Amino acid sequence: MKRLSRLRRHRAAGPILLVFALFTIGTTFQVASAVSNTTTTAADRSATIEEGKQLFLKGCSSCHGLNAEGGGIAPSLIGVGAASVDFQVGTGRMPMADMSTQAVRKKVVYTPEEINALATYVASLADGPAVPTDAVLNYERDGSVAQGGELFRTNCAMCHNFAAQGGALTQGKYAPTLMGVEPKQIYEAMITGPQSMPVFSDKTITPAEKLSIIKWIKAAEKEPQLGGTALGRVGPVTEGLLVWTLGIGLLIGVAVWLAMKAR
Amino acid sequence: MTARERIAGNVAGYVDDRTGAAKWMKKNLTKVFPDHWSFLLGEICLYSFIILLASGTFLTFWFDPSQREVIYDGGYQPLSGLKMSAAYASTLHLSFEVRGGLLMRQIHHWAALIFMVGIVVHLLRVYFTGAFRKPREFNWIIGVGLLTLGIVEGFLGYSLPDDLLSGTGIRIAEAIIQALPVVGSYIAFFAFGGAFPGEAFIPRIYTVHVLLLPGIFLALITVHLMLVWYQKHTQFPGPGRTEKNVVGYPLMPIYMAKAGGFFFIVFGVTAFLGAVASINPIWLYGPYTPGQISAGSQPDWYMGWLDGLVRMSPPIETHAFGHTISWNILIPGLILPGIMFTLLALYPFIESWATGDKREHHLLDRPRNAPNRTALGAMALTFTLVGLLNGGNDIIATTFHLTINQMMWFSRIGIVVLPPIAFVITKRLCLSLQRADRELVLHGRETGRLVRLPHGEFVEVHEPLSPEKAWTLTAHEQLAPLELPEFDGAGVRRAGAIKNKIRNRISRATAVAVPKATESERRELEGHH
Repeated sequence: MKRLSRLRRHRAAGPILLVFALFTIGTTFQVASAVSNTTTTAADRSATIEEGKQLFLKGCSSCHGLNAEGGGIAPSLIGVGAASVDFQVGTGRMPMADMSTQAVRKKVVYTPEEINALATYVASLADGPAVPTDAVLNYERDGSVAQGGELFRTNCAMCHNFAAQGGALTQGKYAPTLMGVEPKQIYEAMITGPQSMPVFSDKTITPAEKLSIIKWIKAAEKEPQLGGTALGRVGPVTEGLLVWTLGIGLLIGVAVWLAMKAR
Repeated sequence: MTARERIAGNVAGYVDDRTGAAKWMKKNLTKVFPDHWSFLLGEICLYSFIILLASGTFLTFWFDPSQREVIYDGGYQPLSGLKMSAAYASTLHLSFEVRGGLLMRQIHHWAALIFMVGIVVHLLRVYFTGAFRKPREFNWIIGVGLLTLGIVEGFLGYSLPDDLLSGTGIRIAEAIIQALPVVGSYIAFFAFGGAFPGEAFIPRIYTVHVLLLPGIFLALITVHLMLVWYQKHTQFPGPGRTEKNVVGYPLMPIYMAKAGGFFFIVFGVTAFLGAVASINPIWLYGPYTPGQISAGSQPDWYMGWLDGLVRMSPPIETHAFGHTISWNILIPGLILPGIMFTLLALYPFIESWATGDKREHHLLDRPRNAPNRTALGAMALTFTLVGLLNGGNDIIATTFHLTINQMMWFSRIGIVVLPPIAFVITKRLCLSLQRADRELVLHGRETGRLVRLPHGEFVEVHEPLSPEKAWTLTAHEQLAPLELPEFDGAGVRRAGAIKNKIRNRISRATAVAVPKATESERRELEGHH
């Protein structure tokens, strides 16, 4: 008894007990929560996957194949990840309106729950980029506008134009305007590289840098029209158009008036 | 005499006693100018030039023409903390922190665009009315010089802020210099003081932009105006107007008021554009870095047709003796513009050679009465316009849902096919208009009023033209084609026979016209009714 008492009063007893207690609590919580999570998610997940599969068979399989294996007119979706589905369906690009050069952004057909089901189903086929969570997307807190601008001009402006207004690519393809695109979708586009766009992996542009780019795009959206109407922010073409119409038009009008005979 | 008149008289007398200005002033203040709206187009250029000098001087107070690297700490947050050149940083400062700075920058840039538009429309007026003919060939050449220098001056001007767009333009200019065979790379190294972009270029083009070219402009514009003064202004044909007189209003007070007022209108329109429409928003472009580029990088409009020519050229290069010749840059960037501007400058001499007309002309042609010249002008315009359209091919493609490739092939084919088509159509149109004039003179204006004559015939009443109108429509002369001899008196081919034959052919093509109504034809027709 005495021995136990001596050990209890040992200098290391407190820290050891603390570590032991933390370990026990942590493990217990981990096991308990993990168990409860896996049970609920597994059930939820399989239900969601099943729902997604049904939606897929109805709306997507005619082009992408019954097992998303792709076909002559549409790519395989195995391994594209949830982010890709969330981007393509969430921006209305899929399902495609017609088989033209490029899927256009249009009204979204599916509800957010359905998109989630489709994404979960496609993600269940093979690993791929996941949909970024709101915690990841805290660009207001984590991004820098100036750095984002530099990154945008280096990596994005060559197709999307200096003010993210979009631009032409070859053979009728184009880089769309980024005005009014949700931060989540911009992020997904960068990690999945939809259509003509390259994939910007986390090694090329780190997640923090991606947030800076998003922050800059959001700032560009709110950019005030300094110096008068912005003329579409596409460079000197609209400026030339204005000077050849309104500018010289006004001046020639006045010249005609000045040269009229006094009546 | 009131006190005011006495004071004015005393001042005038004081000045005249010392300068002898009264005699000169008396003569020149009453100088007569003809009245037509198109004669005011050149004034647009003159006034924009004055606006450019004034606003440009303002900009130099804050602009720092240096490529020294600085870290931006000004008020425009999206660029805060970035490395940039002092030129770019000072332009940002000028735009955002100097009171009225952005307005002045925009006025300067809009004035430059209006200056170039003014030059082009003035040139078109002079060309299509034949105002370049003897004795005004020199002034035409000076005008072509001003156009060419204006393109260079404008390009250097928008290159100064060292933003992403202007740096892209300078990069293309460097590529065009490098395209010169053999010497290109040496000249590029000389111009940039080393490899692109270096630190020398902005200070150099600044000196050229604010000192050298404005000085040349000032000198050329002065000579241009003095020649107009000395040779007197041309006028459109009309009753009482001859090759020997000028019908119009005196400088003082009528033209003083009109021209002076027009200056303020031009300034007003420029300031209005500067106030309501953003131009060259350099803060959006970002600082120049050779590794960056924006989609839809375009030059200002007056360079646009050259850019369009480069954009449509097929990728042709030859390698010989260790040198690469980039025909895809050399032809559209240097050879074609060289040919275009040379032909433009020499046109007065080409035309007088083709028509054999070496006389002085102070009465203008109506464009329809010189079908060949008008058609050639339409042809050149079509060529330039196809180039200009292709210069904006990416913007046009995205706006009108076309593909860049369609635009490119349209331009490649169109630049060859469309100008000749424009020539033929314009010439036909001119001849049709001549025919319409002839009808009008002979039969008068159709009133649409039908009258039944006593014996039952229906006729439409034609209202005869006033004698003034009829004179105006028939005053022009129609030159007969040249008939230069190909054989001498003995029936032997002369030394210059082939040359004469060519000249005869060209002259015949130039002289094609619908015979204008003559007085006897008119009288004969009048006798019928």
